[in-house]
Amino acid sequence: MIFPSTPSQTVGPYFAIGLPWAEGPFAVAPGTRAAIAVAGVVYDGKGDPVPDSLIETWQADPEGRFADLHGYGGQSALAGFRGFARAGSDDDGGYRILTVKPGRVPGPGAGDVLQAPHIDVSVFARGMLHRCVTRIYFADEDAANATDPVLSSVPPERRDTLLAQPTEDGYRFDIRLQGDGETVFFAL
Amino acid sequence: MRPEVTEPVTLQAKTAPTDTPTSYLRESADAHPPLDYPPYKATALRHPRRPLVYLPQTITEITGPQLGLELVGGEHDNDLLAGHEGEAIGERIIVSGRVFDTEGKPLRGTLVEIWQANSAGRYLHRSDRWPAPLDPNFTGAGRAVTDDEGRYRFITIKPGPYPWGNHHNAWRPAHIHFSLLGRAFTQRLVTQMYFPGDPLFAFDPIFSSVRDPAARERMISRFSIHDAVPNWAAAYEFDIYLRGPGATPFEEAH
Repeated sequence: MIFPSTPSQTVGPYFAIGLPWAEGPFAVAPGTRAAIAVAGVVYDGKGDPVPDSLIETWQADPEGRFADLHGYGGQSALAGFRGFARAGSDDDGGYRILTVKPGRVPGPGAGDVLQAPHIDVSVFARGMLHRCVTRIYFADEDAANATDPVLSSVPPERRDTLLAQPTEDGYRFDIRLQGDGETVFFAL
Repeated sequence: MRPEVTEPVTLQAKTAPTDTPTSYLRESADAHPPLDYPPYKATALRHPRRPLVYLPQTITEITGPQLGLELVGGEHDNDLLAGHEGEAIGERIIVSGRVFDTEGKPLRGTLVEIWQANSAGRYLHRSDRWPAPLDPNFTGAGRAVTDDEGRYRFITIKPGPYPWGNHHNAWRPAHIHFSLLGRAFTQRLVTQMYFPGDPLFAFDPIFSSVRDPAARERMISRFSIHDAVPNWAAAYEFDIYLRGPGATPFEEAH
């Protein structure tokens, strides 16, 4: 028997009461070697920042290991690796997490296809009745990106919305919910 | 300068552990509210206009974070009335239930987070300007981790309804926000729990954004005399179903 799932509702404007916690933005422990910041701004369809949005990220460690229930791929060599980060945006729509660049993990279906390094992202906000899912890829991974099965399925002219650009301390990844340069969102 | 990044090592293992679903049910479009829903005005500029791109469920999507209370809180976090000098004002209630997947399998060890307004309908949040009183003995956030049967339990007060600016004379029905991580990125859910018989349902575009009346019912808790504690607290029961395993034999991008 299949039970219908509980419907989604908006996270609303006041999630900051309950969802953020001190270590939330840290997918890796502070001080982790080769840690990078991933930061950006969430924009609405008018190009205004969205100050009441919440970003969550999920990813493998640099060796393709996940800190999930079963420790997929084995125990991470990074002490304190969590692979999950949660960051509410600030008054200017900005978010920032600390993580490491993930390794390559197997792709969908049969065969030996590897995916390019990527981070899964959930975007929540007041005015969003359901999360939107996107992926962060890395602009300096040309070779891996060129053969990534998911990125390849995105219309070529929209792929750059999924590419985080290198910065001094990591990468920048802006999220545009609507309009010009609208971020590619996925049906999961 | 950006710190040196170690060269990624390729992982050869191809399959997930056998007791973990390798794919999750793809839900129909009406299982959840639409992202573009004009009666809820804030959706207007916050929904994508371009079509969603099909995402195959790879290892990144079928795994998910395992956060326990050791990371995000303490063992008494499920009691929203604890930790204050005095008693919170309002109708003391127990909110409990079980978390299942859509095959009816209980999900144990999963994090359940809630937040809510106080009994006057006011949130302890700087952006909430509704001139109802704040309650010095009520914060309005709780966390629990489900037990082996998927059960969670919170002690709180019943939140009040409150007005909002969506349209003339707009009022939100009383509700408690729920956030569930599930076991996989795919199962992540944020929702709201409502109380039975609320006269505001018919006027609330957020509740009504779920188009299927039967689906709306799944957001409404049940009064439970069984879980009520005599001379102390009434009780409501709220079971939550997260999408479960589902065969997607031909995972093709399109």
